[in-house]
Amino acid sequence: MTESSIISVRGLTNSFGDQIIHQDLNLEVRAGEILGVVGGSGTGKSVLMRSIIGLQEPDAGEIRVFDEGMVGKEEDQATDVRRRWGVLFQGGALFSTLTVAENVQVPLREFYPEFSAKMLDEIARYKIHLSGLPANAAYKYPSELSGGMRKRAGLARALAMDPELLFLDEPTAGLDPIGAANFDNLTRNLKETLGLTVFLITHDLDTLYAICDRVAVLADHKVIAVGPIEDLLATDHPWIKEYFSGPRGRTARRGHAKPKADKSVVDNVPTGRA
Amino acid sequence: MADAADFTLEQLPDGEGVIRFSGRLAIAAIGDLDDRLRALGESVQQIDLSQIDHIDTVGAWLVYRTSKEHDAKIVGADNDAKRLIEAVSGVDDSEPVKPPHMSSLNRFLSEVGSGVVVAFTTLIHFLGFVGQVVKASFVLMLNPGRFRWHAVVQHFDMVGVRALGIVGLMSFLIGIVIAQQGAVQLRQFGAEVFTINLIGRLTFRELGILMTAIMVAGRSGSAFAAQIGTMKITEEIDAMRTIGVVPAEALVVPRVIAAIIMMPLLGIYASLMAVIGGGILCWIVLEIPPATFVVRLREVTPMTDFWVGMIKAPVFGAIIAMAGCFQGMQVEGNSEQVGLKTTAAVVQAIFLVIVLDAFFAVFFSSIGWD
Repeated sequence: MTESSIISVRGLTNSFGDQIIHQDLNLEVRAGEILGVVGGSGTGKSVLMRSIIGLQEPDAGEIRVFDEGMVGKEEDQATDVRRRWGVLFQGGALFSTLTVAENVQVPLREFYPEFSAKMLDEIARYKIHLSGLPANAAYKYPSELSGGMRKRAGLARALAMDPELLFLDEPTAGLDPIGAANFDNLTRNLKETLGLTVFLITHDLDTLYAICDRVAVLADHKVIAVGPIEDLLATDHPWIKEYFSGPRGRTARRGHAKPKADKSVVDNVPTGRA
Repeated sequence: MADAADFTLEQLPDGEGVIRFSGRLAIAAIGDLDDRLRALGESVQQIDLSQIDHIDTVGAWLVYRTSKEHDAKIVGADNDAKRLIEAVSGVDDSEPVKPPHMSSLNRFLSEVGSGVVVAFTTLIHFLGFVGQVVKASFVLMLNPGRFRWHAVVQHFDMVGVRALGIVGLMSFLIGIVIAQQGAVQLRQFGAEVFTINLIGRLTFRELGILMTAIMVAGRSGSAFAAQIGTMKITEEIDAMRTIGVVPAEALVVPRVIAAIIMMPLLGIYASLMAVIGGGILCWIVLEIPPATFVVRLREVTPMTDFWVGMIKAPVFGAIIAMAGCFQGMQVEGNSEQVGLKTTAAVVQAIFLVIVLDAFFAVFFSSIGWD
């Protein structure tokens, strides 16, 4: 275990009935990195994230976030840790009866009821700006946004509390390639600007190549390999080989062979329905 | 907190005002800094960040806002602070955060207006829907091979068989209530024996069917709307159309037929249960033995009462099923709509059933079936 690990998972075991999802899974997330988590469908990537953020009680194992044990904690005990992370769920999980600005303000109102309405509005406005949405998105309802904009709004809410740790569950799934590339750049820029640690679940090979510092591969109920992509390419686990050296993997690798030019963070391109 | 964010206002020798921030300029340590900064009356030319421990975007925003308001220069910022201030600057604050406000008169008018529009479009859609169902029914009559017997039987089970428990219990209790209230009132005239007339006529003619219709609307009408609405959201209905299956044939007609056939059967069953409930109360409270109760019931309840119920029941069934399926088909967009349309289906079905029941009551009385 390194000194600076933000998340540390030891011996995690999860199962649903007879079906074992994780068995004796270990994983470290270091401060300031973007860790990509990949794995075939059904290997428990989302379950791993849910275990870490406390939505799923594991059968066994130890999970420490910011050096605090998370397993067996009651919901109200974990609030100090909870306010230090932000989570972006797959569909954005925005509250559908609230506007985008109100969505961003929900965690703020919850934890800092003393903030004035004016201050809340200002915070919401610049968070929405940070997540790359146009200013007029603030008073729109989630149903009025495209899939890509909904993800950005979800990100704005995840960033509301100025978290140190950000969980992203398949942020580019369902986005067109332009929207996905823009979202990758946004993640990278925010990570650098705000000094975030990012736990990122993805299927998107381009995302892995473009922004991840390290990649953890889930298979056979465990993290079978973790490290920078170049290191993973050198391993001979059949699944990893197939994943990175299949036609899509090769294409993504070619596309990122040379350092990528930075694109604009802000995109207002409607990305269609997710 | 020892390291809470704070600031002091100083005058430099050359007369310039300086705000010196200190502590942790972070969301958890901001405290009342926002109000104090807003209340600042003096002119400020410089903002000094050299003494802060830590800064996050909220702190950066406060610094940026203050510097913009006072047109002050930011000095002593480290790289973190510079980067964050850079990130929060450039916010377009001309756009309001809240939706544009409407005056209450405007809002009233626009709600009335959209209400009228919705009422008319719903009416037109409903006519179209009825047309589709009638057409689908004819098509199915001409091509009986396409009729989905399996679906109909499945809905028999859902609408009828599985409702037996709750409808039976409800009717039994209603029978008891009618008998008990009737007995109490009629006893004042020494006419307790007419309680049996009350039970027989009320249950077969009105309450048996009406209460069953309300229960079926709540159980099955809502289920129809929710099922079809969910299928609309998951694009199953679009998939059907592209494959060449007509949704009205596959989804609506089996449900409507199941409801039309099940409603009279449930109605008879409900009436019988109510009579049993009433009979038991008469036996216990009025000491009328069951044999006498049955004989007397047959004397005072004309056969037309039974037919009135049996004519109404299929009509109610059709209305409940049509309202449920129609509202389900009206679902568009998000899952919130499923809830709204399901509610609408139940409310509409019960309302229409009661309106029609009133018409039937007048109609049957005027043709002499009273």
